[in-house]
Amino acid sequence: MRLATLRHRSPGEIAFTVVLGLTCALILFITLYPVYFVVIASVSDPTLVATGGVSFWPRGWSWFGYDQIFADTRIWTGYRNTLIYTAAGTALNLLVTLPAAYALSRREFAPRKVLMLFFAFTMFFSGGLIPTYLLYRDLSLLDNWAVFVLPSAVNVYNLIIARAFFEHSLPEEIFEAATIDGANYFQFFLKIAVPLSMAIISVIGLYYLVQHWNDFFTGLVFVRTYDKQPLQIVLRDILISNQAFAGGAGGAGGTGGSYAQQYADQIKYGVIVVSTLPVIILYPFLQKYFEKGVMIGSVKG
Amino acid sequence: MTLIDPTPVKVSRRVKAQVAPTVPGRRGLRRHFRRYWQLWVMAAPAIAFVAVFAYVPMYGIQLAFREFDFSAGLTGGEWVGLKYFRQFFESPQFWTLMRNTVVISVTTLVVGFVAPIALALLVNQVVGRRRKKFLQTATYLPHFISIVVIVGMLQVFLSPSSGLITRFLEGLGITGVNFLGDTSAFVPVYVISEVWQHCGWNSIIYLAALASVDTQLYEAAKIDGAGRLSIVRHIDFPALVPTMIVLLILNMGGVLNAGFEKIFLMQNPLNLGVSEVISTYVYKIGILSNQFSYATAIGLFNTAINFLFLVITNQIAKRVANTSLW
Repeated sequence: MRLATLRHRSPGEIAFTVVLGLTCALILFITLYPVYFVVIASVSDPTLVATGGVSFWPRGWSWFGYDQIFADTRIWTGYRNTLIYTAAGTALNLLVTLPAAYALSRREFAPRKVLMLFFAFTMFFSGGLIPTYLLYRDLSLLDNWAVFVLPSAVNVYNLIIARAFFEHSLPEEIFEAATIDGANYFQFFLKIAVPLSMAIISVIGLYYLVQHWNDFFTGLVFVRTYDKQPLQIVLRDILISNQAFAGGAGGAGGTGGSYAQQYADQIKYGVIVVSTLPVIILYPFLQKYFEKGVMIGSVKG
Repeated sequence: MTLIDPTPVKVSRRVKAQVAPTVPGRRGLRRHFRRYWQLWVMAAPAIAFVAVFAYVPMYGIQLAFREFDFSAGLTGGEWVGLKYFRQFFESPQFWTLMRNTVVISVTTLVVGFVAPIALALLVNQVVGRRRKKFLQTATYLPHFISIVVIVGMLQVFLSPSSGLITRFLEGLGITGVNFLGDTSAFVPVYVISEVWQHCGWNSIIYLAALASVDTQLYEAAKIDGAGRLSIVRHIDFPALVPTMIVLLILNMGGVLNAGFEKIFLMQNPLNLGVSEVISTYVYKIGILSNQFSYATAIGLFNTAINFLFLVITNQIAKRVANTSLW
């Protein structure tokens, strides 16, 4: 069928289709191959990986990297911390953002314009790093796990998305009916608005979750104690600062040189997989929500 | 007009308040709070968090004009006027920092602005909903990888001896470049990886705009004998212009915001000459060497320039294209 239509096309049309197909294939390859390569390199023989012997499927299975990773306590402490910060942070985010977004979505609530300005202004102007640092110091948030949760309680962009959803997607008739039945704002929000808005709650919940999971800055600037550091800081030490691993320098048995480098690289591939896996596994299930957020956000800021 | 009070008694007064929603005088204020206290309660936590964590630091900006005093904290000690701004402008670092920051952020801004538009126009040409969807979904996957992992991947892939990309480029005849150390490689590596990570995500909004183009336009164009390229040029591209303008204004608000985290992670002693930007310098001067007033002044300078660009672009867009943020 497709071939049949192809025959009726002009040469220019066919050339267009061919170029388009090739470009798309190239883009797909460039986007996905590096991610795929990390996965296969993490379970392949490190020497083969370093010399270009691994390209499309794993060769010379080696679990060395993962053995090292599972034996290393830093990663799991970081993992645990990040899980706690992400769970607590996202819960607080939703508790604070959703009611505010709902209040700001009510057209009869006259102060909402001023309040939106109050929130939106912070997207474009900020006090900067040092005043923020000194404020955290005064609030005893430095080196305190609450610094991962409290300051990021409201993301104004997410607030705007949620507000746009409440304003445009909840039919006003439901609200009128509920009001006649004697529901007040609290009841309407909890019993009607929230259950009808699970789509947007998932979207901004996910945005917040990813934001906490990938947060590197907070740990870097505001936390000293290593036991409190999140996964991203541990990752930095392993991936970028090349810090020694539990099993010795780079994990290699004292042979040194490029040999040690190969093994260190395999650990890195493994660490990337282990730390990014949750997001990648969830990705196919969540992607429709991610997109929805962008669409709603683009309605009108 | 909707009535919002749970008790349906004082309808007439409420309707009057709807007509004139401003709240003049103490009685009006009291009435306002009696009617809307629940909305205020719902908004209050968010207001409080933003007030504390966004506006209190803004109040602390005065530190840029004062001598830092450990006991006085956020608001600082004695007034010193523009001393720290002058110190920054006269410092030997100033022009290097400005050049690096502008080069990195403007390159990212231009390339990062054009690439998603091109990608959206391209993906939109793919026939078949499922194929289109797959391509779109695949291209924005990297958006969710953390910056630390991205920089980690860059380091293994670009490693001089064994890196995947280094070897691939050697195969193409590009040899002898140390992508992690050479100063000329820093900006390309930064910008290309930035596009790799965010292009797909940033194209979603354009694809949404393309999806809402009236299909009759395409039919009419085909009847007029327009080829696919000219349809892209004369129908698809113009459909993206309003979105482009809004995003351009927003991006201009970050003209000096070369991303701190990624640059900081990509820095090494070899590339510091081109990779030291205002935000990383503020971190080092302020947090690591405790020169609080000086670092606040540099940070304020950065924020002010950004804000200025945002306002100017917004004004230009308002006049030229009739589109603006406010």
